[in-house]
Amino acid sequence: MKAPAFDYAKPRSMVEVFALLQRHGADARLLAGGQTLLATLNMRLSEPALLIDLTGLAALRAIGVEGQVLSIGALATHSEVERSELVARHAPLLAMAVPYIGHRAIRNRGTFGGSIAYADPAAEWPACLAALDGTVVAQGPGGERRIPARDFFRGLYQTALRADEVLAACELPCTQPNDWFAFDELARRHGDYAIVGLAAAARRDGRALRSPRFAFLGAAATPLRATRTEALLDGRALDQAAIDAALGCIKSELDPPADPVHSSAAKRHLASVLLKRVLEKAR
Amino acid sequence: MKRDEPRLLEGRPEHAPALAPVTADPRYIGVAVPRPNIQRLVEGAGTYIDDIELPRMGHVVYWRSPVAHARIEGIDATEARKMPGVIAVIDGKQVASVCKPWVAVLAHLQGIKSAPEYALAIDRAHWQGEPVVAVVADTRAKAEDALAKLHVDWEALPAVTDIETALDAATPVIHPDLGDNLCFQRTLDTGAVDDAFAKADAVCETTFHFGRHTGVTLEPRCQIADWNAPEKRLTVYHSFQAPHMMQDLYCRQFSLPEDAVRVVCKDCGGSFGIKVHAYPDDFATVAVSMLLKRPIKFVADRLESFTSDIHARHHRVKARIAAAKSGEILAFEIDDLTGIGPFSVFPRTSGIEGNQVVNLTGGPYKHKQYRARMKVVFQNKVPTCQYRGVGHPIACAVTEGLVDLAAQKLGIDPLAMRKQNVIPDDAYPATGASGIRLEVLSHEACLAKIERMMNYQGLRAEQAALRRQGVFRGIGFATVIELTNPSAAFYGVGGARISAQDGATIRLEPSGAVTVMVGVGEQGQGNDGIFAQIAADAVGIAIERVRLVMSDTDITPYGGGTWASRGAGIGGEAILLAGLALRKNILDVAAAILKRPADGLAVFRGDVVDAGTSEVLMALSELGRIAYFRPDTLPAGFQSELMVTRHYAQRDYPFIFTNGVQASHVEVDADTGFVKLLAHWCVEDCGRVINPMLVDEQMRGAIVQGIGGALFEECLYDQAGQLLNGSMMDYLVPMAAEMPDIHVAHVETPTRSSKLGAKGAGEAGTAGAPGAVMNAINDALAPFECAVHSQPITPEKILRALGKV
Amino acid sequence: MSAASAKRTIRVIVNGEARECDVEPRTHLVDCLREELGLKGSHLGCEHGVCGACTVRLDGEIVRGCLVLAVQADGGDVRTVEGLSANGTGRELQRAFVARNALQCGFCTPGMLAAALELVEQRPNATRTQVREWMSGNYCRCTGYHAIVDAVCEVLAQGAAAKTITGATG
Repeated sequence: MKAPAFDYAKPRSMVEVFALLQRHGADARLLAGGQTLLATLNMRLSEPALLIDLTGLAALRAIGVEGQVLSIGALATHSEVERSELVARHAPLLAMAVPYIGHRAIRNRGTFGGSIAYADPAAEWPACLAALDGTVVAQGPGGERRIPARDFFRGLYQTALRADEVLAACELPCTQPNDWFAFDELARRHGDYAIVGLAAAARRDGRALRSPRFAFLGAAATPLRATRTEALLDGRALDQAAIDAALGCIKSELDPPADPVHSSAAKRHLASVLLKRVLEKAR
Repeated sequence: MKRDEPRLLEGRPEHAPALAPVTADPRYIGVAVPRPNIQRLVEGAGTYIDDIELPRMGHVVYWRSPVAHARIEGIDATEARKMPGVIAVIDGKQVASVCKPWVAVLAHLQGIKSAPEYALAIDRAHWQGEPVVAVVADTRAKAEDALAKLHVDWEALPAVTDIETALDAATPVIHPDLGDNLCFQRTLDTGAVDDAFAKADAVCETTFHFGRHTGVTLEPRCQIADWNAPEKRLTVYHSFQAPHMMQDLYCRQFSLPEDAVRVVCKDCGGSFGIKVHAYPDDFATVAVSMLLKRPIKFVADRLESFTSDIHARHHRVKARIAAAKSGEILAFEIDDLTGIGPFSVFPRTSGIEGNQVVNLTGGPYKHKQYRARMKVVFQNKVPTCQYRGVGHPIACAVTEGLVDLAAQKLGIDPLAMRKQNVIPDDAYPATGASGIRLEVLSHEACLAKIERMMNYQGLRAEQAALRRQGVFRGIGFATVIELTNPSAAFYGVGGARISAQDGATIRLEPSGAVTVMVGVGEQGQGNDGIFAQIAADAVGIAIERVRLVMSDTDITPYGGGTWASRGAGIGGEAILLAGLALRKNILDVAAAILKRPADGLAVFRGDVVDAGTSEVLMALSELGRIAYFRPDTLPAGFQSELMVTRHYAQRDYPFIFTNGVQASHVEVDADTGFVKLLAHWCVEDCGRVINPMLVDEQMRGAIVQGIGGALFEECLYDQAGQLLNGSMMDYLVPMAAEMPDIHVAHVETPTRSSKLGAKGAGEAGTAGAPGAVMNAINDALAPFECAVHSQPITPEKILRALGKV
Repeated sequence: MSAASAKRTIRVIVNGEARECDVEPRTHLVDCLREELGLKGSHLGCEHGVCGACTVRLDGEIVRGCLVLAVQADGGDVRTVEGLSANGTGRELQRAFVARNALQCGFCTPGMLAAALELVEQRPNATRTQVREWMSGNYCRCTGYHAIVDAVCEVLAQGAAAKTITGATG
């Protein structure tokens, strides 16, 4: 379909963005890569009066490292994240996840920040942010604030961003020696949204995983950290008994929503298979 | 009956074809010539319907029922009419003032019934997606803006959405005048079926489910209707397969004389049967053009396509097979229940698919006993009708699934079971248990060929070894028969004005080039290529000098278009006959010019030559110059006739059947239920192969389309009749990463019903792929003693069969 | 209609030619190409961003033309199928597609060629499996993909062979 009519602005500064947001409120939508927003508008599922194109804010594209923090600008495209040597070195989990994101043409426009802000529970970046205990940097008229991933995803497509805020960047802890990462997802076709997926991170400690973080995609209304299963495995030698216990735990911890094709029970089972595979590779 | 030896073509022969040639200098027929007319497509210079703009053209969008069944109480277009760029808002009553309703029944489907259908629904909408109001504006965007301001008052009515209960007394009847929700039913019984089952050593029974799915042509349905009021002439530019059929229908529905309507097809972005039916919005768009007296363009939006393109293939088939312990198949029995829409679709009816399931189940095999019961029931869902392969994919999957069950029960190798039971290659003509008449097939040759091609023994050994390692691979076969080159038995005998014949006109230009006009069109299958090949060989010129004019009812001979895989066999034959006739007339002119007997002359590669010595006597361009511009130099009483028309109808058999066999190799992940398609093989016999590369590609595309229905595609409805997954995100079409490499080989057993000997090749791939893939999955699951017979076969279904969920 | 959503003038280089047109903000790039600039070679199959028929090249990389607003392309450089044969690899892909019948109805072909060109340029060592994955963003209903993959692999192999030759002499 053809999108409904809207106005369009491409501000040159964040101050201008805030002014537009203040003036138009809920009638305005922020446009980054547009790979979700424009599809939504093409289906006439939404009728904003104004699109505020953020892509003129070059500062928001940067990927950089400062100290032990990797900062990914909100406007970095998935392809830029894919190509980035800094990401490959400092956040290898992202490099593992990026090939699953849509297709090349989508990755060339879609942005890291756009994906986080949209918060589709079946998307890759929100789960990676949750697995890495990353931080969202939000900028608003009142200044900048940092929101930890665990507080950021509030519900289905709902985040802690306020209506007058812009997601400016995400910060991830740089990988340390002995860090271990894994990413896997199950989708009917390459590039589709996952039926269920797993972004995992931990620190190796002998045969054990310390501070394991298992963030599932497609298992709930938000990326879901399986905290009970994490606690069960934390510091425990990763033998068959541990894995079996973890699988038992995850099945009780997950209650994924069914969709027209996959039952909740099937998704739960698939999630446990992903966990099994990831843990067996870690042994 | 003596028959030509089947010849086996390996891969893509570059030079002489294996069969005896049909023309003097067989340069192109049988050769893998790249299509001469697709350069413009790779340069983006095609002309698809949406590329055309006409002066004063308006754009129409349709308000469609948001629910499965509704009473339309009122339409308020006041706000909509005021929107910028709006030209008109038109309702069903206005359309009905120029367009008659129709009832889609055919006399040869005994007892079929349906209700009158209007181009735009008037009192009641009968499916989610039925068009009700037309909004016309300068641009599509503005029309959609106005659509959002249209207010339609409607009241939901109970919807019939379950085929199992459609005929229950408690279920509402969609069309009370019809008495019930039964559209059509058929039974067939050879008479000794119960005896066969009683004496069988193995009886296997299961229920097959096939999910409703749809064609998803990449170019959506589209047309431009241009009513020229002063001329009283309608021109419709249509992305379509059968222009003459629509010409006839527009005339009759709009009470126009036949010569007042012209239908033109240009480049078509995929059809597969989706674009061979007459849709209500086709008629509505024409009505709008007539009422507004200006060209009107309709391009279905993708979301709209999912609720307006025909769906197909929703069947529940209870089926069983009886076999002796020797492996001999004794009988098949099926009970098929299929759900269509609330109307039978115009003009080919929605009874044909079920009818074909009855006709084709068990088709490749020798058994004599067969019983079938089939019911077609109305539903408040998108109407269904013929889609590539029609009933074949269901009949083949049911047949081949049962054969595998019997083979498994008897401990017989599934390939061996098939070899034992197919009608032998020397037993033709033959009549199948269902009464189908088979001219000549080559099942045995195809089965032998596929076994070698796929290294069957090697795959079985590998399967066994991998099973021991917990890797579960499976091999599945499907033996296929496919009807092609239809006679009037398909539609004409039922009263449909759908042409069972075709004609080709071929003209020598003064330059020595040739123009071919033919009603059979091009939608990607390569007719423009094979027709050029045939014309070039028939006349005796280079293929670069052949130009095709297709699919224009003002210009091209009256014909049927493309469906039931008739293009090569019927269109091709007309072109061959016309080309040979032109060659003869060219030689008559040459004889007159050269003052030599015509039988001492030949046409060879653009020249008239001495038939004995091959000495070049005259270029065709020179002959053209004289014939057209210097008839004063020709003998008195002689007239050149360098434009010839020939027609052809296949009248020997109701259909010319083709055959083939497919094999699928899969790996099933027993933890996730995911299926990986490792490879696919196909040996096909479509008679004389005009272009092996094009046949390969038709097979591959058709196979992938069949895989779609087997693994991915389903139109999912809730109980209220709402389509749940009508978008490209949620309706899963096959994409490149999941598809296997597909290896195709050919056997050529020509038909004697034509000079060309070509049968059709467009649909056999889709007929066999679902059965082969399903059988491969179940072969992989055999160690777990479970099976899935419900398509699409999703990970969910496999996990449930395995007891993991 | 409010003046705010009235048309804007945009300037774009399309296939090497400077073009100018007036578009509403809501008009996506492919509708602009087709309706304002007369370039009908780019096609629309869904407008959801899924089928890939609309794939064109913007500022050197492939995008879904239905998910880019024309106003976002202001000042940009667009390459469509009509300009493909200006690129040597593009011409090679066109030739291979025709030779191997990697197109039937042709509707997906402009998008396929755009995606294939970026693959050959960015992933010259892609394996057959990687080609399948890369091209899986473009829907084709006609071919079943095998011939398309063959055509792309042929051009990759030619490129690799050419590098081997120049490598030997360079």
